[in-house]
Amino acid sequence: MIFYELFDNFWAVLGLKLGVLFIFFLTAPLLIGYTEHKVLAHMQARLGPMEAGKFHGWAQLVADGVKFIQKEDLIPRAADKWVFSLAPAVVIVPVVVVFLVIPFGPALVNSDVAASCGAGGCGWWGENLDVGIFFVLAVTSVSVIGMLMAGWASANKFSLIGAIRGAAQLIAYELPLVLAAAAVAMQAGTLSLVGIAEGQQSMWYVVPQFAGFAIFITASLAELSRPPFDMPIADSEIIFGHMTEYSGIRFGLFLLSEYAGIVSLSAVATVLYLGGWHGFIIPGIPGPLWTLAKIGALGFFVIWLRATYPRLREDQLQKLSWKYLIPIALLNILLTGIFKVVF
Amino acid sequence: MPSERSAGVLPGGPGEGVQVVIAGEGELATQEMTLSIGPQHPSTHGVLRVVLGLDGERIASAIPVIGYMHRAFDKLAEARDYRQIIALSNRHDWLSAFGNELGITLAVERLMELEVPERAQWIRMLVAEWNRVLNHLMFLGSFGLELGAMTPMFYAFREREDIQHLLEAATGGRMHFTYNRVGGLKEDLPRGFLKESSDLVRKIRHRLLDYEGLLLGNEIFKKRTVSIGVLPGEIAKSYGVTGPILQASGVAEDSRKTEPYLHYDQVEFEVPTGAHGDSFDRFLVLYRRIEESLKIIEQVHDKLPAGPIIPAKMPKNIKPPEGWTYVRTENSLGETGYYLVSRGGKEPWRLKMRTPSFHNVSMIPYLLEGVLLPDLIAVLGSVFFVVGDVDR
Repeated sequence: MIFYELFDNFWAVLGLKLGVLFIFFLTAPLLIGYTEHKVLAHMQARLGPMEAGKFHGWAQLVADGVKFIQKEDLIPRAADKWVFSLAPAVVIVPVVVVFLVIPFGPALVNSDVAASCGAGGCGWWGENLDVGIFFVLAVTSVSVIGMLMAGWASANKFSLIGAIRGAAQLIAYELPLVLAAAAVAMQAGTLSLVGIAEGQQSMWYVVPQFAGFAIFITASLAELSRPPFDMPIADSEIIFGHMTEYSGIRFGLFLLSEYAGIVSLSAVATVLYLGGWHGFIIPGIPGPLWTLAKIGALGFFVIWLRATYPRLREDQLQKLSWKYLIPIALLNILLTGIFKVVF
Repeated sequence: MPSERSAGVLPGGPGEGVQVVIAGEGELATQEMTLSIGPQHPSTHGVLRVVLGLDGERIASAIPVIGYMHRAFDKLAEARDYRQIIALSNRHDWLSAFGNELGITLAVERLMELEVPERAQWIRMLVAEWNRVLNHLMFLGSFGLELGAMTPMFYAFREREDIQHLLEAATGGRMHFTYNRVGGLKEDLPRGFLKESSDLVRKIRHRLLDYEGLLLGNEIFKKRTVSIGVLPGEIAKSYGVTGPILQASGVAEDSRKTEPYLHYDQVEFEVPTGAHGDSFDRFLVLYRRIEESLKIIEQVHDKLPAGPIIPAKMPKNIKPPEGWTYVRTENSLGETGYYLVSRGGKEPWRLKMRTPSFHNVSMIPYLLEGVLLPDLIAVLGSVFFVVGDVDR
């Protein structure tokens, strides 16, 4: 079978995986963005986009993207040109890379393909790293460098304040995020995302790790600068934070990375806490669909928060992290450890 | 200890070292950053500019710069006749258009000693209160938006749309009503207006619960506004602040009560006051004022008499006799004063307005000193001003 032989070729498989992930990366954020347009609109007694693409404005974001590409590429005269141009790339690349290790479905066991797989096994994922969760957390925190670069290079005071807020926020919230994930890793006994998802066959980790789940979601929102933690881009205070001076496709990339960030962190939360591809009640639905549904549900939750809450103040945000989230996360680790040893 | 280190001996070799002087005694040299908020800025609704001296995110000094929307209303009024001024006065505070034109007509009528028909007076109260609700809804919504809660804004516009629709039926205008005439009103209420109006009162009273849930009961909203921008009553008075902001500082001053015009002495309503004078109280007072206005509207529905809306015999040219008058009305944002001097001509010799927003803005430096940059929003959003009303 020529089809299966194709899977023996390392490069062919790599190309296929990257292609699929790239398409996912381009479509999922658009879907989330469109959902945000529509869900927010209907929560706020309006309709949202209705014109583009005839049917309920489905093509609005595509049109936005085309508009961004067509726009003139403006760089302020006082800006640090190289750093300014590079910043959007630094922000967006980590978000793309995260998708590489997210398992969307179970391993392929009963197929001819599985036999030819390497040590990580074959399945609905790009790469099964032994240190998957560690990799994800490490890579997502790279984005802040891009944010600082953008803020510094823009030669704009609003941008600078926004970037520094973003950096402070990331430092404060990386810790609870890691601590919450560490408890899950302890519970599962593995750092591999695939392993963690497989461990939730009988029970989703959201049940024993509920505190951890709450902390993880809160910290993710802060890391994504989503309301109620959107101080780095607080539009009524500092215009648009580090993105103030950006326009055209670079601005589009920043926006894309925000929505891709929602998808990637929802995906990580799904794998860590919501049982990954494991379904419930309704049998017969394939695993990847479950994963996507759960990602969508979390994305909806993120959008819902935006419609409901005002934003916190920067110092209140820091207080929330250092005085509440981190101690609770540490306690959670302790309890998980005791639970693990005793039972 | 930096002072010892600055001229000390560094442990470089055995008992020896290099004499160094550390700049700034070892402290990091810092300086204030000047940040100009506005005139084009999302949260100054209009073209107010605030020049901030920032120490990190803490505001060391704040200077409001006004005048970007100066349209010389006072001077322009000297070159227009009274009917034209009514239309002009609509413009400077676009959120309380009816309140402004009402003050001008009251002043002219007082100078001419005109007898205004009963029905016209009651209808004026009705529309003035609807205008107040319209104005307050706008600030309820925009305050939330500035704090990052976007939904209340859209809800506010949903309600405003209904009210504007209603007022359009009576006055023909959605923002700039120009419904007053010297001596009475342009025309009578359309048929079915009172029913629609009372239906809308009920609807809005019900919908106000949305704001209560989204903002007043919201934990984060409280965190952002409670004990932020505290304004003691005495200081508010010394700045000449009036309206909801003064009331939030615990002073129950309201021209409708203390110096009733129209028939405000014949309706029952309360002047809500706040206990602490912080941003939250200002918001709460604004919210309560809507409820009180709705109460007044309902009473007007019951008491509205039949009759003409303008005196049968009106002079063709409006020429008030020589003299002056000062009228004060409780406009949506506070007390508005109209000082009108006539020399018997078709135009006023002088028309000086005292607008509430101007006094509200004058208090910004006091409120902003020492607060954090994000609190600037909580303070600016809660001192309720319209830039056109500041600059005129």
